[in-house]
Amino acid sequence: MNNDNKTKEKEIKATINACKLCSPLGASIVFRGVKNAMPLIHGGQGCSTYIRRYIISHFKEPMDIASSSFTEEATVFGGESNLITGIENVIKQYNPELIGIATSCLSETIGEDISLYVNKYLRNNIGKDNPKIVHVATPSYSGTHIDGFHKSVKAIIETLVKEKINTKSKKINILPGFLSPADLRYIKEVLEDFDLSFTMLPDYSETLDAPIWDEYKKIPEGGTSIDQIETMNNSVATIEFGKTISNEFSGAFFLEEKFGIKRFNLGFPIGIKETDQFFNILEKLSGLSTPNKHKLVRGRLIDSYVDGHKYLFGKKAVVYGEEDLVIGITNFLFEIGIIPIIVASGGNSGKLKDFIQNNGAYISNNEINILNGVDFSEIEEIAFNLKPDLIIGNSKGYKIARKLNIPHIRVGFPIHDRIGGQRILHVGYNGTQNLFDSITNALIEYKQENSPVGYSYI
Amino acid sequence: MSVEKIDIAEVKNELIKGYPSKVARKRDKQIVINKVEDDSVVPEIQANVRTIPGIITQRGCTYAGCKGVVLGPTRDIVNITHGPIGCGFYSWLTRRNQTRPENPNDENFMMYCFSTDMQEEEIVFGGEKKLKKAVQEAYDLFHPKAIGIFSTCPVGLIGDDVHAVAREMKEKLGINVFGFSCEGYKGVSQSAGHHIANNQLFKHVVGLDDTPPKGKYNVNLLGEYNIGGDAFELERIFEKCGINLVATFSGNSNYDKFANSHTADLNAVMCHRSINYVAEMMEKKFGIPWIKVNFIGAESSAKSLRKIAQYFGDKELIDKVEEVIKEELEKVDKVMQDVKSRCSGKTAMLFVGGSRAHHYQDLFREIGMKTLAAGYEFAHRDDYEGRRMLPHIRVDADSRNIEELDVVADEKRFKPRKTDEELAKLAKEGFDFKDYYGMMPEMENDTLVIDDISEHETQKLLEIYKPDIFCAGIKEKYGIQKMGIPCKQLHSYDYGGPYAGFAGAINFYNDIDRMVNSNVWKYVKAPWQASPELMGKFGIE
Ligand code: SF4
Ligand code: SF4
Repeated sequence: MNNDNKTKEKEIKATINACKLCSPLGASIVFRGVKNAMPLIHGGQGCSTYIRRYIISHFKEPMDIASSSFTEEATVFGGESNLITGIENVIKQYNPELIGIATSCLSETIGEDISLYVNKYLRNNIGKDNPKIVHVATPSYSGTHIDGFHKSVKAIIETLVKEKINTKSKKINILPGFLSPADLRYIKEVLEDFDLSFTMLPDYSETLDAPIWDEYKKIPEGGTSIDQIETMNNSVATIEFGKTISNEFSGAFFLEEKFGIKRFNLGFPIGIKETDQFFNILEKLSGLSTPNKHKLVRGRLIDSYVDGHKYLFGKKAVVYGEEDLVIGITNFLFEIGIIPIIVASGGNSGKLKDFIQNNGAYISNNEINILNGVDFSEIEEIAFNLKPDLIIGNSKGYKIARKLNIPHIRVGFPIHDRIGGQRILHVGYNGTQNLFDSITNALIEYKQENSPVGYSYI
Repeated sequence: MSVEKIDIAEVKNELIKGYPSKVARKRDKQIVINKVEDDSVVPEIQANVRTIPGIITQRGCTYAGCKGVVLGPTRDIVNITHGPIGCGFYSWLTRRNQTRPENPNDENFMMYCFSTDMQEEEIVFGGEKKLKKAVQEAYDLFHPKAIGIFSTCPVGLIGDDVHAVAREMKEKLGINVFGFSCEGYKGVSQSAGHHIANNQLFKHVVGLDDTPPKGKYNVNLLGEYNIGGDAFELERIFEKCGINLVATFSGNSNYDKFANSHTADLNAVMCHRSINYVAEMMEKKFGIPWIKVNFIGAESSAKSLRKIAQYFGDKELIDKVEEVIKEELEKVDKVMQDVKSRCSGKTAMLFVGGSRAHHYQDLFREIGMKTLAAGYEFAHRDDYEGRRMLPHIRVDADSRNIEELDVVADEKRFKPRKTDEELAKLAKEGFDFKDYYGMMPEMENDTLVIDDISEHETQKLLEIYKPDIFCAGIKEKYGIQKMGIPCKQLHSYDYGGPYAGFAGAINFYNDIDRMVNSNVWKYVKAPWQASPELMGKFGIE
């Protein structure tokens, strides 16, 4: 396929200003979404420190990640004793219910057998009140932060969900993917409005967006409890957001294969069409029709599409970031008449193109460049020639926006040049409304600022 | 509040009692109650030893110290990270060094983050081929004067020879290409990376350009990284005094200045930890003496300028420096007094870096704030206790791991800067070369000195002392502020600054005033208000 050729060529190219992050970052965020859990990266301490810093500067929240702190000696003779010391110290200091171990490129290159180490540790500590230990292989030389994210969700399920329980409840599972805490809160609210009981994994809506503390919390409050996870095979269905997830990395696929729990794989619910799909499934699963509250929001959203269309129609946008976010936003842009002239991701599932072209709203237009496995230098090069009107994505695209002097609407991760990245609502009718208003107002502001007259009535 | 009444030995106990006994024994040596005896003798502290796995540390890795800290602020060397994507991505312009090219068309690559983005194939079959391509690509794109290659952990393991690639590409392209074996696991912290960076800069760049400097008083500033524009303020002051800055390592620097830096007559060292190696090697090879300076704090800045003037011993310079100091201090004083009226008696803690935790105490002192506890993230014993303990430093496997260059005097370029007579005269005046006395002798008795503080200990300190401000970095910031205590970032300055020099001091006083006296804190109910019993234990009313 065309795509593959392009990828092949790239393998012998340097990456200049990457449009992806590394795997254990995704893993750490997932583990932070489990109640009373502590992530530990098995590798050099630099990986943990760097990843902590990146997560912290986006969420503006404390984020502890332990490290097994490899020395040169561990690199040569193996990191078993470092890992065990790390586990012991984490237990003693933090008393977590779960430790999530993600491997770094170093320990993966060595080929460390983590499950051997962990089993040995558990055997040697029988009778003690051990935490659950989940481990996941997250080499960044064969995957991005998104792969690390999904693989960790799956690893948690695989490790904790054991026997088949036959007493089926009405509970559903929801695997939301890498969304903002605000998105997670919204999804929970919607599910509650449909009167559904559910397990959401991960749920970092509180752990990575917490109120001020009245006392020190060793591990921030919130997250999916282990009990909830252990009974995920007791659900009627799993809803999973993210079209590009491979079966291999999908927790929902695993639950379907092993326990026969129906999997609904949906795109990120951004825009009317994708959100409708999500709500349709909720109607089916709950047997209720969409609550009026949400119908109203949907109605207002369409009303605003109509009102704002004069500012948007025919505008050209660059969209970049994680593949599933980019697919969601692109589909929404089609709905409102903005042409996504560049749709780009550092991720490389090979599915980006299909999902964009197969969307009903896709406007066949050879101006649309769909690029996967790219970096910002490539995005920038193409963007320069195409003269976009706006760019949509995380903070890393700022350089392009600045060079082209066009509005930059910040979505996704990382956002470290604005406050409130964790509070950006992207999904559902409400999230779409938020994006719609942000985009429209950014374009209006741009027009206003660049008008010789300076109209205050636009 | 009655900080004086705190039983400090009890505090130390509280900090370590949650640890397993092995950890506690180790931390016991790294947490010290300060006591300054006659002749500035201080207790021994353990520093620059490995963080124990599972303890949440502030420290980063060797690669971070090499690529991010020392080479990061230089604008016209293309830095290529050889490794998987994360290491490079995370060190992409996060340190907020500023740079100001002299001409709009001058090279500035700071916005770029080059990585070989290793894939499975390279891990299995080796990454040298891809690395060469990357060097070639960077060359084709920018035609830079120099390219640096930085190794991450997997590189060392699979045995890629970055130095061989560098040599080959240097020959092929006709520009300077050099590699750094700065794999993250190599050392205890960033500090090992500083050393590796210093070695390679010294080997491959310093001394390449013999053009005599233009100024009368030619100085290099070492260990200044232009966070928040600090270097710009220092450049302003130096220029005003008529001192010519040949090179800064490495704030607002460029390649040519490094290459020419051996023509200076004095090395003035700011951050002793990160760069004393270069100062030492330049002295041996070129005969340039070095002194310790500190431009953080108005008093210290004045003192440092006087010291530089004294070194040159020229009346014209001495007078000029006095004139500048007088003029600058007048401006500083006004703000200092005003801010002091609101900050005096408040308390601070500083846990950061390898020199900042020391230097910034001066600024707090100037506005009447007391430092209760301090410590470094990656410093060595000499930065705590002073260089006089150097003969007693223990060499361990980790320090042996970092190459010590064998430096001898350069036949052509070595030139003593002072005659024996001049040196004797300076000595009589009480002038010290290589004179870093360390942080502890300048701290009060019964303050706490903690090396490599952990997240757990940080939170304990906050609970017990409830300082008015805590200085650390972005990783610590939000956990501290969740407890209702302002956290000043001393790595990035919270996007403020400059804080160096005289204008910098004014900025700092104002920023601290705004932080500690902000209304925001009134909305936060502090933990000790919620649990007064905790306080009783430490004798605090
Ligand atoms: S070594 Fe791998 S896991 Fe660690 S920071 Fe680099 S890319 Fe990420
Ligand atoms: S892999 Fe090594 S070099 Fe890279 S961030 Fe981790 S510790 Fe540092």
